[in-house]
Amino acid sequence: MTTTTEPTKAVTPPPEPKTPLLERLRVPGGFALGAVLLLGIAPLALSDFRLALLAKYLCYAIVAVGVSLAWGRGGLLVLGQGVFFGLGGYAMAMHLKLADAADTGEKLPDFMQLYGTGDALPWWWEPFANPLFALAMTVLLPMAVAALLGFLVFRRRVKGAYFAILSQALAAALSIWLIGQQATTGGTNGLTDIQGFFGYSLDDPVNQRMVYFVIAAVLLALMALARQLFVSRYGELLIAVRDSEERVRFLGYNPANVKLVAYVVAAGMAGLAGALFVPAVGIISPALIGIVPSIGFVIGAAVGGRASLVGAVLGAIAVAWAQSTLSDAFPAGWTYFQGLLFVLAVGFLPGGLASLWTVARNRRTRQASSGGTA
Amino acid sequence: MTVILNQSFTGISIGAVLLLIALGLTLTFGQMGVINMAHGEFIMTGAYTTYVLQKSISSAGISLLVALPVAFVVAGLMGALLEWLLIRRLYTRPLDTLLVTWGVSLMLQQLARDIFGAPNVQTHAPDLLTDNVSVGGGITLANSRLFILGLALLCVLALTIVLRTTPLGRRIRAVVQNRDLAEVSGIATGQVDRMTFFIGSGLAGVAGVALTLVGPIGPTMGTNYIVDAFLVVVVGGIGQLKGSVITAFALGVLQSVLEYSTTVSVAKVIVLVAIVAFLQWRPQGLYTLRTRSLA
Repeated sequence: MTTTTEPTKAVTPPPEPKTPLLERLRVPGGFALGAVLLLGIAPLALSDFRLALLAKYLCYAIVAVGVSLAWGRGGLLVLGQGVFFGLGGYAMAMHLKLADAADTGEKLPDFMQLYGTGDALPWWWEPFANPLFALAMTVLLPMAVAALLGFLVFRRRVKGAYFAILSQALAAALSIWLIGQQATTGGTNGLTDIQGFFGYSLDDPVNQRMVYFVIAAVLLALMALARQLFVSRYGELLIAVRDSEERVRFLGYNPANVKLVAYVVAAGMAGLAGALFVPAVGIISPALIGIVPSIGFVIGAAVGGRASLVGAVLGAIAVAWAQSTLSDAFPAGWTYFQGLLFVLAVGFLPGGLASLWTVARNRRTRQASSGGTA
Repeated sequence: MTVILNQSFTGISIGAVLLLIALGLTLTFGQMGVINMAHGEFIMTGAYTTYVLQKSISSAGISLLVALPVAFVVAGLMGALLEWLLIRRLYTRPLDTLLVTWGVSLMLQQLARDIFGAPNVQTHAPDLLTDNVSVGGGITLANSRLFILGLALLCVLALTIVLRTTPLGRRIRAVVQNRDLAEVSGIATGQVDRMTFFIGSGLAGVAGVALTLVGPIGPTMGTNYIVDAFLVVVVGGIGQLKGSVITAFALGVLQSVLEYSTTVSVAKVIVLVAIVAFLQWRPQGLYTLRTRSLA
């Protein structure tokens, strides 16, 4: 009987698993494809009218990027994104109205001459005459409001449905407040009939196209930013907070801060979207920022896939497109369809349409593996 | 002084409406953590039930009395159906339930529009309820408001009795306190859930009947009240009636007093700020079930 000792082999480290080229090129390739589609093909293929519509949908898509971050990755059901969209939109519209008035030599915007009691500009309108201040406010104001509400709410561990209801109530309160202040905010009508955009007339189709390019570029930039957040350490932490907040707390992190960042960033994105919406559509009004549109912002992301950036963006565009095409043709049918879409997409396909592929692939591999063992 | 008293009475009657709506929500929210956005459409169902009954029964008084139980059953059945079709499949995902029921609420609104038309419809209040009572000192109370207040208190009383004394109430409380333990004790939690949903939605139907006395009936009438009612539940705390009762009246009075001293829109904003401030002090609401769960 001989005992043979196994000769010690030099341990070679296993070769690094090589990600296939296709896999590595997926993200930059997809981004480039999106850029070509949005900045190259769409402006060539679409008429002025359709391009203006697309610009509007892209504004909703920008909101969806933030929703995907806060809700898809952070688990915060943000039912009040309309507030931030509105704050950004009103900040921009106030400046543009003031600029329009200055162009025509008036002291006050047109609606104030109609409803206003005095002939003095309200003090809180005055700083918005400065374009830089107004531009900064479109992002900073929503972020400040979100930071304040988020700090107070997350600090006390108010979460889940409570947070959703509070954010929804905020949307209701802002739109009711705006309606009530007709003399200074235009009331139900909102701020309408915006003529120029930093010196460029919005009646000119060329300038409308320019606005579209700005919006598309902002969308692409914010998607890149969100993607970087998703893959960063912070993105991992955010998912951990979504899936098990207590464990994250036991590990020594403060989940309140993690959630706050996501909420504030999403608010800033919504504010920027609102600001870009104003030159693209020419109006901002309480009806565009209340409870119903706020839920609409979430629904687009839910249909496309809340946790998937591309899914959320495409979902937002598709839902907005379907709304404007179908609701004109079949007003009653569209509402049923919309309701059914919410029920089916959220209830039975929680990953959204983006998960269809994964669901199908899992089913196929399951079948294959069960076939192999049988 | 009279103004303040009159405003407080208005506030109390607003509170009574909120209470009627929030009672059903407290039940379903407390029991299952389910946020039912279609709750507002069950209110609408109750209101349209009153409208239909008044078409067939000419006497306004009798039709109103008949409408109360009928609306309870009709709205309750719709709620139970919703629970059976959708909500029980989504128990582990409360936030998704919110969006799904929002979809349902859209469809129900459109259904009402297709059946009854988009414009608001009106019912006739019984003569007895259109009068005012004068209680001296220049204070007048509208009978309809008193009726709603009485109805709300009656519903609280009935619900308290059901929860405290009946076997069903005992089971409901057991499931609210600890679902798993209730289940291993032999309680069919699924059935209890359905009954809870029936009662909660039925109460929304009753609220709808009451609302026909103070406002028009339309497809979107539910959405006007639903957010305020949710706030009542959030502030009042989950799973206990007394929190909702106190909060509904407090919010009603606060709202109407602020409306008097400022404007409707500013009052809304102040109330919301007050609620966020209140949650700093009691994040779980006024009254809460003490559990050892972390969630």
